[in-house]
Order: sequence, then C-alpha cells, then structure tokens
Amino acid sequence: MARIEFTPQLRRFVDTPVVDTAAAVLREGLDAAFEFNPKLRGYILDDQGHLRHNVVIFIDGRRARDLRGLTDPLGPDSRVHVLQALSGG
Amino acid sequence: MSQDRAWAATRKGLFELRRRGGSWQVENISFLAEPVSMLLPPDASGRMLAALNLGHFGTKLHASDDAGKTWREVAAPSYPPQPEGAEGPEWKLLQIWSLERAGDTVWAGTIPGGLFASRDGGETWQINEPLWNEPKRLGWFGGGNDAPAMHSICPDPRNPAELLLGISCGGAWRTTDGGQTWGLRAKGMRAEFMPPEQAGEENVQDPHLIARCRDVPDVLWCQHHNGIFRSADNGASWTELTAKPSSFGFAVAAHPGNGDTAWFVPAVKDERRIPVDGALCVTRTRDGGKTFEALRTGLPQQHCYDLIFRHGLAVDDSGEQLVMGSTTGGLWASTDAGDSWQTVSAHLPPIYAVKFG
Repeated sequence: MARIEFTPQLRRFVDTPVVDTAAAVLREGLDAAFEFNPKLRGYILDDQGHLRHNVVIFIDGRRARDLRGLTDPLGPDSRVHVLQALSGG
Repeated sequence: MSQDRAWAATRKGLFELRRRGGSWQVENISFLAEPVSMLLPPDASGRMLAALNLGHFGTKLHASDDAGKTWREVAAPSYPPQPEGAEGPEWKLLQIWSLERAGDTVWAGTIPGGLFASRDGGETWQINEPLWNEPKRLGWFGGGNDAPAMHSICPDPRNPAELLLGISCGGAWRTTDGGQTWGLRAKGMRAEFMPPEQAGEENVQDPHLIARCRDVPDVLWCQHHNGIFRSADNGASWTELTAKPSSFGFAVAAHPGNGDTAWFVPAVKDERRIPVDGALCVTRTRDGGKTFEALRTGLPQQHCYDLIFRHGLAVDDSGEQLVMGSTTGGLWASTDAGDSWQTVSAHLPPIYAVKFG
C-alpha cells in the first residue's frame, strides 16, 4: 500500500489523515485522502483540480511532475509527502 | 446613528475594534497570523463572513453566527470547470476582494473578475454566469494584480436587484435585474494608461474604488487610477474632479446622508505611491467635488510613507465617524467627519480593509 502524508502546517486549518492506499496513480491516492476529509481537497487542489501553485508533492523522494493531471504512478510501497512549497505564500 | 464597532482586516488577522470612553481599542483578534483580505460585518443576527487568502493553500471563507466570537469554514466561491481553449485568465479563485449584502443575497467580487452570489448567507455560492460569459469580459485585464479584480459592489438601497460593480481594469457595470443582464456604466472616465484613442473606452477603465451615497443613491464617487470622478445619475455619466494636494489615490468613502460629501486619501501619483511630501492627509469635499479641503490634524506630517489601500477608509452610518488603516499598519479614527484624527495604533499588520458594523 502506498502511504500519503500531509504537511503538519495544514493541521491548523484542517484534519490531515495518513492514508494507506492501493491507488496506482497520484490523483486516486489523493482522492482517498479527500474521502476521509472532503475539506482537505481545496487546500491541495484549485478550482480546476490542479495542484495548487505553492503546494509540492514528493513521491519516493522525487517531485511529482504532472501538476495538472496528477497522473504520476504510485508503487505498492510508495511514500508520498504533500508539502507547502517554499516558492510562495 | 454613530457606530461603536469597527473591523480591520489585515495581513495577520482580523481585528475587532470597539469605541469605549471616546477612544477606539482592539477588543478581539480572529485568524491571528493569517491574511484576511475582506470581511462582511455582522448583520442584526450576528452573521458575518471573513475571507482568508492563505498563501499556499488558497482562498478560504469563514462564517460566524455570533459576530466574530467563533468561526467555522464554509465553502469558498469556486469557478466552474474551464472549457478547453477558453480565453482569458484561468478559471481559478485567487482572492475574494469584495463582499456585500443586497436584500437576501450576499455578493462576492473576486480576482480574476468573477461575481458570485449566495442565497444562504454565504454557505454556498454560484457564479454569476451572465457577467462571466459576457464577451466584453475578455477585454478586462489586471491593474495592480495579474488578473482582473472586482473590488467594488454597490447595492442600490431602492432596489435589491440593482448593483453597480467596479473592476480593475474592467470599468463599471450595472444590473437592474438581479444579475441577469449587465451593462457598462463608465462613460466619462479616462484611462491614461491606454493608447490615446482608447482613453475613453468604458471596458478598460481602472476604478480603484466606487462608493455610493446611501440616501442619495444616484450619487456615486470613484477614486480612479487617473483621478477622481463623480456621477449624479447612477453611473450613466461621470465627471472628473480635481483635488489638492493630489487626485491620485485608492480609497473613497461616501457620506451616507449627503450626496455632496466624500473623503479621499491622496498619494503623489501612480509612479510614486507615497503621501505628498511624506505627510498624510485626507481630502474632503462638501460641495459635490467643486472644492476639496486637506485634513491633517492628528495625522503624521513628517516622514510618513503610509499608503491607504482601496478598502482602507470607511465612514459610519452617521457620517461623522471615520476609520482609516494603512499599508504599514497605521490605524486612525475621526469622530468629527475627518476634521481631526486620533491614532488607534501605529503598528498593526498591513491593513487591507476597514469596516464599521
């Protein structure tokens, strides 16, 4: 199962789950987290379902590349970290 | 009636201010350390809204039913799916920049230029499609922001279905049927930032703020990028006015009961956005804009570089009290229509908006 974790910076706004998921691509994995807490979606994705400009996602230590489609693959043991980018805000 | 509560939305929280014993003081702080871009003051039931602009995590909206004591997050306005190849700015909410009540509707003006309506006090929102789908919208552009920005929503107290909007840079627009149809309302404004032959084009004007006189609703005041304008015919035509020490600025407050009185806060000019001579003043007209007085008593007159953003000046229901908040966290109040000012604080966070209520 891939594991998805969110920056603790988010906890002052929303509950952030640690999600273990069988999803094979990033968007499906994120959807599993949003199912746990629907409010979380708007903190990570924008109106069009794209990754927010100042949020960054690492999959097994590498930055996710498809910031709009979120089609980056997840392996069965992937570790996904959703963080705030230092680029803005 | 004179009001004893006001609010300052700042880069680091929402500050509730109370006037007690003749002086204003900070009574409560909500969202400390978070940027609050706009608020809707409480109605009689205590219902109010606050818009947050979280740098990394987007624009959020919070509602209170007890006049700001407790808050809970509600759905922020959200743009519909953007069709493939759609022109113009991305259909993504960047900021809530205006919030107003009109009848049973709450209206929200946003960057990148969409207008949203809520019929349930701000719990849920719908984009106003007629204006968003208006072909002329694609002629709007950013002024001070990368995308067009709807900063002014002026309801007409005679008709809850009538609104006049101000957009940087998209001119002024009016509806008389609750937002089903819209028309431009910026004739007479002048845009020096355009090629000369397009200076009078209504759809590209940059009103910095538009304010309506409550009791004489046909009177509207506009602090524009290129000067001060007034309309006495509900926006059908605008007349340019000249104030000293400068006609440039961002904020305007319209006297609620007197259509000839309004306040402005001058800066040097577009390319030098500081108070004239480093001395802060408020200009006031009481004759419909024929003449202006510069009011300085109690305001810093040496080495002052505070700028008053467009939502940084407010007048209360009596027309006698004003509050004014600056980019560098100065907050001043007047109880004599601007003749004199008291410093409430010299070191709040940068102030985006002040409101009575």
